[in-house]
Amino acid sequence: MKKFASDYLVYDEATGKYHEDPEQAVRDDVEKHHWLNVARTVLKDWRLYLMLVPMLLVFLFWRYFPMYELLGAFKVDDSTLEVADQLYAGFSYFKQLFAGESALSIEFWRAFRNTFLLSFYGLCFGFPMHIIIALFFNEIKSNIARSIYQVATYLPKFMSTVVMTSLITMLVRKASPIVGMEMGVISQMLYNLGLITKEVGDAGLLFQPQFFRAIYQISGIWETAGYDSIVFFAAIIAISPTSYEAAQIDGANKMAQMRYVVLPSILSTIVIMLITRIGSLLNVGYEKVMLLYRVDTYITADVVSTFAQRNGIEGGLTGLSSAAEMLNNVVGMLLVIGANTVARKASDVSLY
Amino acid sequence: MKRKTELSELIFKILSYLFLTVFAICCIYPFLYAISAAISGRFAVEYGQIVLFPKDIQFEAFEIMFKDNMFWNAYTNTLFLTFYGTLWSMFVAILGGYALSKKRLLFRKGFNFFLVFTMWFSAGIVPQFLNYIDTRTVFQSLGITDDKWLVVIAMGMAAMNIILLRNAFEGVPSEIEEAAIVDGATEMQVLTNVYLPMSKSTIATVALFFAISRWNGYFWAKQMISNNNEKPLQVFIRQQLEYYQNPDLMSAWDEAYATDSAVYALIVCSVIPILIIYPFIQKYFAKGVNMGGIKE
Repeated sequence: MKKFASDYLVYDEATGKYHEDPEQAVRDDVEKHHWLNVARTVLKDWRLYLMLVPMLLVFLFWRYFPMYELLGAFKVDDSTLEVADQLYAGFSYFKQLFAGESALSIEFWRAFRNTFLLSFYGLCFGFPMHIIIALFFNEIKSNIARSIYQVATYLPKFMSTVVMTSLITMLVRKASPIVGMEMGVISQMLYNLGLITKEVGDAGLLFQPQFFRAIYQISGIWETAGYDSIVFFAAIIAISPTSYEAAQIDGANKMAQMRYVVLPSILSTIVIMLITRIGSLLNVGYEKVMLLYRVDTYITADVVSTFAQRNGIEGGLTGLSSAAEMLNNVVGMLLVIGANTVARKASDVSLY
Repeated sequence: MKRKTELSELIFKILSYLFLTVFAICCIYPFLYAISAAISGRFAVEYGQIVLFPKDIQFEAFEIMFKDNMFWNAYTNTLFLTFYGTLWSMFVAILGGYALSKKRLLFRKGFNFFLVFTMWFSAGIVPQFLNYIDTRTVFQSLGITDDKWLVVIAMGMAAMNIILLRNAFEGVPSEIEEAAIVDGATEMQVLTNVYLPMSKSTIATVALFFAISRWNGYFWAKQMISNNNEKPLQVFIRQQLEYYQNPDLMSAWDEAYATDSAVYALIVCSVIPILIIYPFIQKYFAKGVNMGGIKE
């Protein structure tokens, strides 16, 4: 960028005068024409650019303007004013969250830890499940049997979070001796299998913090494992049958075929799905948590989004909650970029 | 050349069938149980005597629900939100995806980044909430006082769906477009007469993604729709669940069906439309996932 008049002038030693750089005139001309050309193209093609407008507006208004509202994290809470007019509070909310003394700060770090743990366990238990189910699907050669299995296992994915959580709530509900009600039917099954004691089942699994993560993960697998295996299944089915035949002739048994034929062929898919999963490590489905947790289970169930919802939307501490979410989401974004870069360096496969 | 199946392969095959059968049963069991529990007598439900088949069959839980005006109201609201929401989202997504699929679009990379960035970073619940509150003020000053329209227009857009459409449009050979332009087609005609028919299956998939997410939407509808008459079905189900789980209500309960049966009946009714169309649309979903999966 040229800022000063002298930048455009060339000193001529012979005459001792300044004069305009002749190349600059050409450059100016090109630049002027460049923007003229842009304007001309856009005008000529205005229908195409008009088509872009609704999308740009929707994303601007309801995706990017909220990012502007994030400024509230640096401003003093005052809901009567617009963000721009609120008093500047600096990093006081962040300091409050980091200080570790106040109850809110302890609550925030607990929520942050829970957010990470919920998705990390999902990555450890849910993610391999998707691959395993895809491998099993590949073994079913009969089309009818396969489509029956597919219809059944994809089904929970299309149920709403409310329906799912309502079912879970009632299937593991607590017993009410006054009404004469027994514990929920899933609790009963677990009790009959000897996995939980009568007292635990009677108290209701959702009322006890130690069961929340298990319930969240198992219901998560129930909900998505069938559907999310599609990507891997598609990758496996694309492997040419001749690869298997070659391996078989070389005397490979099933394990060896898995190791040397299937795994290398679906590795790029696994890497890509892993990147997306790592990228969303701090992005837990808050609706499900919100509908399943209760005061008794905050210790293990509260995540950053629900923390923000409780304190920000219901409690009115918008600045502090925005700061909390910003912290969470910025770290989340760094995770996406980091995972992507590492994957690109290591294996030439990357998502973006 | 037919080769003898190795023992390890046979074991793996049996294992697959076994595992998938168990998993498939686990997946549908809760729904079957819900149906049984909804039509079973009070005693059987409360004492956990139902495992799969209903006992002491009654239909009062359904009857009471069908007589409830709020239920029909919630159902209509959900249909409204799903229909107009899908229509609006598709309008925006098809036009945007079409424009982005054109190589001649200036600043194409910039526009793509504008879209993809929202997948990396989201502002979070609280800023979004404040934003929707502001939007509501603006809408009201424009004369749109129904919160339904706020939900329809401001929510439910997903960058991923636009990218799916963009990829599908990019797959249409440019020769066909050129031929249409030579024949004197305008940009809009090229889109509606060439591109849309040629990417039908992607469009169906994306429309279904939008429709399902609208049908199932809960949190923002609950936050932003203040009028009780405008609440959609999901919010209504949650309200009923909380209502029927209330211990005071339970101890004073005096009906032939259990409190849980009322909620199960509601869940069964809310799920039926999805169950009816589900077998027909299932294959589109599988397709959609694969299209969105990998793109260099």
